[in-house]
Amino acid sequence: MEPTSPNQLVIEFREVLYVLPNAKPLLQDLNLKVFSSETLVLLGRSGSGKTTTLKLINRLLTPSSGEVRVNGEPTAGSDVIRLRRSIGYVIQDVGLFPHFSVERNIGLVPRIDGWPAERIRARVEELLHLVGLNPEIASRYPHQLSGGQRQRVGVARSLAADPTILLMDEPFGALDAITRDQLQREFLALQRRLKKTVVFVTHDLREALRLGSRIALMEAGRLVTVLSPQDFLRSSDPLAASYVQACGEGLDSAANRGRS
Amino acid sequence: MNVIHFFLQHHEEILELTLEHLWLVGISTALAVLIGIPLGIVSAHWPVWNRPVLGTANIIQTVPSLALFGFLLPVPWIGARADRLAILALTLYALLPVIRNTYTGIRGVDSSVLEAGRGMGLTNRQLLFQVELPLAMSVILSGVRVAVVVSVGLATIAAAIGAGGLGEFIFRGLAMVNNDLILAGAIPAAILALSADFGLGWLERCLRPR
Repeated sequence: MEPTSPNQLVIEFREVLYVLPNAKPLLQDLNLKVFSSETLVLLGRSGSGKTTTLKLINRLLTPSSGEVRVNGEPTAGSDVIRLRRSIGYVIQDVGLFPHFSVERNIGLVPRIDGWPAERIRARVEELLHLVGLNPEIASRYPHQLSGGQRQRVGVARSLAADPTILLMDEPFGALDAITRDQLQREFLALQRRLKKTVVFVTHDLREALRLGSRIALMEAGRLVTVLSPQDFLRSSDPLAASYVQACGEGLDSAANRGRS
Repeated sequence: MNVIHFFLQHHEEILELTLEHLWLVGISTALAVLIGIPLGIVSAHWPVWNRPVLGTANIIQTVPSLALFGFLLPVPWIGARADRLAILALTLYALLPVIRNTYTGIRGVDSSVLEAGRGMGLTNRQLLFQVELPLAMSVILSGVRVAVVVSVGLATIAAAIGAGGLGEFIFRGLAMVNNDLILAGAIPAAILALSADFGLGWLERCLRPR
């Protein structure tokens, strides 16, 4: 992995179109740049194309036309397995392997990459600490964990091979309000330390304001605008304004809690 | 009491035919697993193959067993020996539950688990062997269990073409109108079926994902 200086271009969408056969485009005319160490939030309703955008980055989907570049290389030409292993991926349903212990879940990619057992064990312990879990749960199975613990393990697993990019698809969407708040706070602290390039999908404006360095607003398969959280609140764009209005009072503090 | 007396008197022959029976069932089940699991995987991963594969296995299942033995008789090499013929027929019958359960088991793996695995950069082969097959294993095994139990019963008919097994006693008993002889075939066959059912059921529960 090449060294990343601040504001280096990491992910780039160029004129990307994604269409399923016999259907209207899920995504069109997408031009978007993501820079190193920022958290870019894709905000939009369901069906707006935000998850599609995310999956185009690690090539779970391939563009119908246009190009997605990661670290300067078009994803279309790259080794897809290597590309995915260099990108952490966290989804709402977590997708922990139910037949593996927490330790094996987190250590799967390192194990496949042939790390020695001792190093894997140390890495798992380090990661569990990092996401605020007691390393004693390493031997437990996913069904023995709470929803919040499961998603923490999901985050730890995505960080196992130390990727520079992290893709998160509504990771906290299925959690109760208190757990979500806690995980959002921990995410901010974690991101301050790790400085990953994060692309974060959500439909929740509060979450977007709190976690994002920039917010990319999407609607019906198109990118509407990209704004900083502060600018988003003052935006004259009708769609952005309707989000702010729907969310009600107290958003200013949400936008500022993340920074400091 | 007659039956017990008969069993004691003929225990060697009963043992011999039971082993023969086990051999027919064991080999044919093993073949069905070796052929059926890959076919199940193929039809789960490539939907185009789903209908032809499961359809064919379904049709085979509907052919009456005696007729199937008859159909296979002219097949070269196979038809030359009764045990080969019986094994082939039993294998064909055992295919359907194995294929169908492999298909169902793999299709039943939670899509978020697969998406996470793919997103993490697992290759298709790693996904199959580390995730899909282990998670489908208890369902696959319950298919194998059905196949074994059905085969134990069907294998008694193999005696009709001279392939041996516990059916020997049953056919002999029918011909001689001797209930003791029929029971000498039927009881060990029932015990075999029940213990296979129990043993594989236990294994299945052990492998069931929590």
